[in-house]
Amino acid sequence: MTDSTLSIGQLHSHFSEMEKRRRLYTVLFIAGSLIIFFGGFSIAENLNSGGFWQGLSKFMDYPAAIVSDTLNADDWLVTIVGHVPALIETINMAAVSTLFGTLFAMILAFCSSRNLGIFAWIVPIARRLMDITRAFPELIIALFLIYLLGATPIPAIIAVAFHTAGALGKLFSEVNENIDKKPLEGLQATGATWLQRMRFGVLPQVLPNYCSYALLRFEINIRASAILGFVGAGGIGQEFRTAISWGAGDQISALFLLLFLTIVAIDQISSRIRRSLVGGAFQMA
Amino acid sequence: MSTIAHSTDMSISRAEVLKTSRRATIWPIAGLILAFVYLAYAWFAFDVGGVLAKADWERGALMSRDSFHYKYQVELARRNDELSVTVEGGRGTEQDPLPAWITTDGKQTRVDLGDGYRAVMNANALTYTEPDGRQFVAEIKGKEVVVNGYRAFLDETESRYRYFPETAPERTNVVDYADLVALGVLPDGSSFAPSKFEFHPDYYKDVRITRAQIRVQRYFFGWEYFWFGPQSPLVDKSAAEVWGIVWSGDRIDPALSNAEFVFLQFWRNPDWQHNEMFTALLETLLMALLGTFVAAGVGLPLGFLAAANFNPMFASRMVLRRLFDFLRGIDQIIWSLIFIRAFGLGPLTGSLAIAFTDTGTLGKLFSEAIENIDNKQVEGVRSTGAAAVQRYRFGVIPQILPVFVSQTLYYLESNIRSATVIGALGAGGIGLKLVQALQTHKDWENVMYLIFLTLIVVVAMDIGSGWLRRKLIGESTH
Repeated sequence: MTDSTLSIGQLHSHFSEMEKRRRLYTVLFIAGSLIIFFGGFSIAENLNSGGFWQGLSKFMDYPAAIVSDTLNADDWLVTIVGHVPALIETINMAAVSTLFGTLFAMILAFCSSRNLGIFAWIVPIARRLMDITRAFPELIIALFLIYLLGATPIPAIIAVAFHTAGALGKLFSEVNENIDKKPLEGLQATGATWLQRMRFGVLPQVLPNYCSYALLRFEINIRASAILGFVGAGGIGQEFRTAISWGAGDQISALFLLLFLTIVAIDQISSRIRRSLVGGAFQMA
Repeated sequence: MSTIAHSTDMSISRAEVLKTSRRATIWPIAGLILAFVYLAYAWFAFDVGGVLAKADWERGALMSRDSFHYKYQVELARRNDELSVTVEGGRGTEQDPLPAWITTDGKQTRVDLGDGYRAVMNANALTYTEPDGRQFVAEIKGKEVVVNGYRAFLDETESRYRYFPETAPERTNVVDYADLVALGVLPDGSSFAPSKFEFHPDYYKDVRITRAQIRVQRYFFGWEYFWFGPQSPLVDKSAAEVWGIVWSGDRIDPALSNAEFVFLQFWRNPDWQHNEMFTALLETLLMALLGTFVAAGVGLPLGFLAAANFNPMFASRMVLRRLFDFLRGIDQIIWSLIFIRAFGLGPLTGSLAIAFTDTGTLGKLFSEAIENIDNKQVEGVRSTGAAAVQRYRFGVIPQILPVFVSQTLYYLESNIRSATVIGALGAGGIGLKLVQALQTHKDWENVMYLIFLTLIVVVAMDIGSGWLRRKLIGESTH
């Protein structure tokens, strides 16, 4: 309202002032980016045990060695098939941890959504719980549990499920908070209990999104399970580590191919299912 | 309303009405049953029962104690009858004067273990008293330990220790461990062998006597020497005293100002190595920051080239798309293993691994965002007679900027976690420090410290990027 009293001249000077400030921010942003990039690069290069420019020439040596090993290996296909059980173990690890993680995420999400009529005091507790579980890198929990339970897939499953609970819980609670409240009110009018309202009023609305997020998480968890194999949690990661430390190029390429194909295949399948679940443009941030 | 009236026709039974909803409920139930069957299979595939049976829970209890407690060790070396009181048995941590709960007159040392438990040590004996007044006297007689008048021996036929009164002839009137506990000669849970008696009434107290030494340990909550190392002149000072020193004019070290001196005493604390931890944290941050920056910087132009509305050449778009899939499909860990061979260990390797994977992911996301822009804005700019560069600058960039910023920040956040993992597997930084500390299996307090540092950085990054995102692209998105 007060703007209407400004003359054109004042308006113009305001505008050019804002424009100047905007340009200044842009310049600052670009300068900051360049500093981070070049400064960071030179610091990183100094801290690294090998240099970037020397390394560049050696960059293809390792992949080349792996390829030549693979070409010289006999029965490479047999090698691939031999690693399938480990791959199945990794997929199982991911699936079990996703199942448990999703279950806990659902509980956490229902406790942390303000609009579902749960006790108000539980909401902040559930939210902090999700923050904590989300912040823990899987590796830390896995290493602890490996110390307690021994080098088996179970520590990895627990660790991945723990992280999944927090990560999915946050997404689920966002889904919960965006639901249409009319079905809930309708159910309330029929005298439905809280559990019944959740079952018939909320679940049908949120389940497609839940499934979609859980599938996406399953993809991520396959990678996570494979990585945790590197620290002794079994599955394809552990075989990878062994192959790398032995320098067995044909094994490395076989494992690499298996893992790559699995990830791509599951990516494709799950994106198709997700599309049919929630229709069209669905992306995870 | 009419349809409702129609469907509640009297001829339709209740069962028929519920039939459709039955059919709808059968899928979730079938899904649940499938999940249970699968979990049952997984239970056996992973041998969960076997693993749980073999799990070492005692280790867990000791680990959590050591993570947040430190111990005083009162040790009497019988070789030279010398008493030493140390923290964690570490060199340079000898206590002088002794804490109030330890008193000694040169011959006899009394240790108050807290909660009413007491121990008295002298040259040949350890007397341990429980709160209820029960007393256990362990003495070294000759080469063996005698507890409350009993000796131990190894019964070869049963391959376990058994006991007899020291006054009785050798190995007569033999009794078992359980009998001695019942008689009140031994505390329950202690271990008694011919040359050793050891007992810890709970996790925070420990008494032990052998031919070589008599040792009593007591645990306290906290991280000892966290601020200043045991050799530091500041170690016994309270926070207020240290504050006073910082501002006082008399220099402790003539070469440094007092503030610098205090800081360096903290920074170079040999027990906690704050300086090294900080460098490691910085390395991890650097890995994530540099990797994400490069990925975003390279991904944006590639994203333009892969978008159908900017690059009409189908073949080159396909090549780029497959390149994105390839970069994305290979995990960061695998990239980092390849890079370690070429570039050695360090943050550069880690950031390259992050940059490679995320160039694929961000390139794909950006190209999709560019394909989804609203063309009207571009046309509007074009209608003013703008050149191609201006059309991009004012027609396209403002539309994809929110996606660019928010996705880049999200990946920065998740890359902090990834950088920890990549680091742990060789690239360095806080992850490697953590794995090294874990592998010692005893410096649990350092492990905890590292975990706290990691969590602080992750959470700070979360909060910071959320704030930046809101600042840059407004409240509405995400």
